[in-house]
Amino acid sequence: MNPTGYFLDHLWLIPLFPLATAALMLFVGKRLPKIGVSVLCVGSVGLSFVYAVGAVLQLLAADPEHRVAQQILFEWLTPGAMQMSGGHLVRFVADWGFLLDPLSAVMVLVVTGVGFLIHVYSVGYMADEGGYYRFFGYMNLFMFAMLTLVLANNLLLMFVGWEGVGLCSYLLIGFYFLKKSASDAGNKAFIVNRIGDAGFLLGLLLTAVTLGTIRFTSLGLPESGGYSGILQSLEAAVHAGTLAYGAPALTTIALLLFVGAAGKSAQIPLYVWLPDAMEGPTPVSALIHAATMVTAGVYMVVRMNPIYQLAPFALDVVAVVGAVTAIFAASIALVQNDIKKVLAYSTISQLGYMFLALGVGAFAAGIFHLMTHAFFKALLFLGAGSVIHAMSGEQDIRKMGGLWSKIPTTARTFLIATLAISGVFPFAGFFSKDEILGRAFDRYFSLWLVGFVTAGMTAFYMFRLFFLAFSGYTRADEHVEKHIHESPPTMTVPLVVLAGLTVIGGWIGWPGSLGGENRFERFLEPVLAGAVSETGAVQIAHHAKATEYLLMLLSLSIAGAGIWLAYGFYRTKRIAPELVAAKLPRVYDLLLHKYYVDELYDALIVNRVKDLGTWLGLFDAKVIDGVGVDGTGWLARFVSKISMWWDKWVIDGLLNLVAKLTQLFSYPIRLLQTGKFSNYAMLILVGLVVLLAYYGRHMHTLLRAVH
Amino acid sequence: MALFLLGVIGVIMRRNVIVVLMSIELILNAVNINLVAFSRLYGDVAGQVFALFVIADAAAEAAVGLGIIIAFFRNRETVLADEMDLLKW
Repeated sequence: MNPTGYFLDHLWLIPLFPLATAALMLFVGKRLPKIGVSVLCVGSVGLSFVYAVGAVLQLLAADPEHRVAQQILFEWLTPGAMQMSGGHLVRFVADWGFLLDPLSAVMVLVVTGVGFLIHVYSVGYMADEGGYYRFFGYMNLFMFAMLTLVLANNLLLMFVGWEGVGLCSYLLIGFYFLKKSASDAGNKAFIVNRIGDAGFLLGLLLTAVTLGTIRFTSLGLPESGGYSGILQSLEAAVHAGTLAYGAPALTTIALLLFVGAAGKSAQIPLYVWLPDAMEGPTPVSALIHAATMVTAGVYMVVRMNPIYQLAPFALDVVAVVGAVTAIFAASIALVQNDIKKVLAYSTISQLGYMFLALGVGAFAAGIFHLMTHAFFKALLFLGAGSVIHAMSGEQDIRKMGGLWSKIPTTARTFLIATLAISGVFPFAGFFSKDEILGRAFDRYFSLWLVGFVTAGMTAFYMFRLFFLAFSGYTRADEHVEKHIHESPPTMTVPLVVLAGLTVIGGWIGWPGSLGGENRFERFLEPVLAGAVSETGAVQIAHHAKATEYLLMLLSLSIAGAGIWLAYGFYRTKRIAPELVAAKLPRVYDLLLHKYYVDELYDALIVNRVKDLGTWLGLFDAKVIDGVGVDGTGWLARFVSKISMWWDKWVIDGLLNLVAKLTQLFSYPIRLLQTGKFSNYAMLILVGLVVLLAYYGRHMHTLLRAVH
Repeated sequence: MALFLLGVIGVIMRRNVIVVLMSIELILNAVNINLVAFSRLYGDVAGQVFALFVIADAAAEAAVGLGIIIAFFRNRETVLADEMDLLKW
């Protein structure tokens, strides 16, 4: 029995609430008072959250294997016959429908929950900024797009949301559009994402021609309707022998989709836009560039897991790219001095972790880390926003310090998040990170090692940030120091709530080895069963408890080592970081300049594209303008000259002839018209005299008639 | 009759429009004398009544005529009849 209920029947309302308020902001936002904007925009997201919770609760009421609710609102693209790559025809349809299963349940709760908290926070953070309604309109539009992405029941609708979040990301990065760097960063994000989106779109089309459908699953739809889904088509194809484990078509689809995921989730080589995206307001960084949008790639790969499970090569690519991105970004984060840049590289690194998890087949662990990361990274960004707020806009951690007692709520919640991301027991990050490392260890020792080292780096750079910002004495200017103040409650309350989630959020995935039952993984299991269970691309290895304990101990100790190093460098200053930098000048320089990747891309791609543009511009100027436009112009002028001559001498000449003739014949009459009234009076008199003279002899008769 | 002819000649010959207007008054007054005279001759009072109407009409005509002359003078700075040739193209 599939679950039903009010909230499940009204899934479509969840994305609609924020869309409605976004539209409202567009049309009347300018005329609304700030309080009205806040209530409407935060309220609509809150309402979405309530509906999401209701829907998930009703979903949970069903048995684990029946937890799928799917609802098709209407057929969006008119169904038509399509030829598949195999040659036979299928009835292809893309519908506008929503799907709620354990996977989208997790996502929808994270998106609406964290999104709601960040909206509340923004009320305080953006209070003194211009374009208040514009900000909230974009944020609401983003919520709509993200929820569409998460709840979509097919790839094409997901792509709509995918592009929607990309657009909102662009709009919000460039929110301070008068700033050149901000609008440039927006462009960069948009353009880099286009590369990924091209991959997504190709993967989508290839899925359609290979499997004949782009709906994720037909579960939850009436069986009599003849609905098809990717999962079911795969199953049938494998049973019929047309597609096998490791089939090239599936590998291609998986790789193309991963290109899309790498663009959106900032993986090598498409990660370059995310650090620049920090130009946007800090709540935007928290919502879009940490908690939700950048995890869309992870979600998409997990959503397509039936295909990935049959494409081992693609999975390996995902794992390697993820691991390399993780350590690469973490190493850059070691030396960055902008508080938001550190967090941005940290986000890239953590996203790498998630892809590492997916690549080794630990889909549930990836989603688990996505969720815990959403909590603690949103908290870190919001905390950073609060710090920037307190420091009158200063973002350089070298100019902070000593904030612990001055902004206590922010400092304490920030510490919790820092502990969580470093993977300290029992904070959320420990469970998810440990799960990923454990699963990586089962599959590839080398990848585990990369992840392991990254964990140490993470602990180091996060505590470096923490110690520099909060401990010791302040290094700020005097007038900045005077203004340091704790943020208003609209900002601190979301911090505290997120801190709570950061502490307890990981407990739902308490691993078996520590006496839990990893309920999170159990919850997601039905979605991750795969099309064909016996192929077993990814089997859950049950290694000995001793190994698990050892791995946990190792990750804890490397986290401890990272923290201890940071403590030595930046708290007690027993070792001067400058000395280390001086001893390894080249390494330091390389890291500080982010491996010169931006410069490399500029030289290899951006400038080449610009050259092409210049060349095309020249072509335009010389050939199109020169020959085409100017030639046509010359021809038109020539023709018009002939036409003008004809007009002037023939048409006008005829007219003038008529006029001249008229003038000629009227000449005698003109002589009479002197224009002097005395002449006219004279004429009247003469006329009168003539008349009298002529009729004079009848005058007496006339007079007699009068009498 | 002499008065009437004097008026007609004034209307036709004089250049100054004010004098022309005065000549028209002369014509009207000649008519008035005629009216009164014939009224007396025929013993009919209607002629005298009509003369009163003509006097009133002459006053109105003089007012309108002077108004036109002032307006014209503002535009062209002249009151001479032979310089008034706007009607001729």
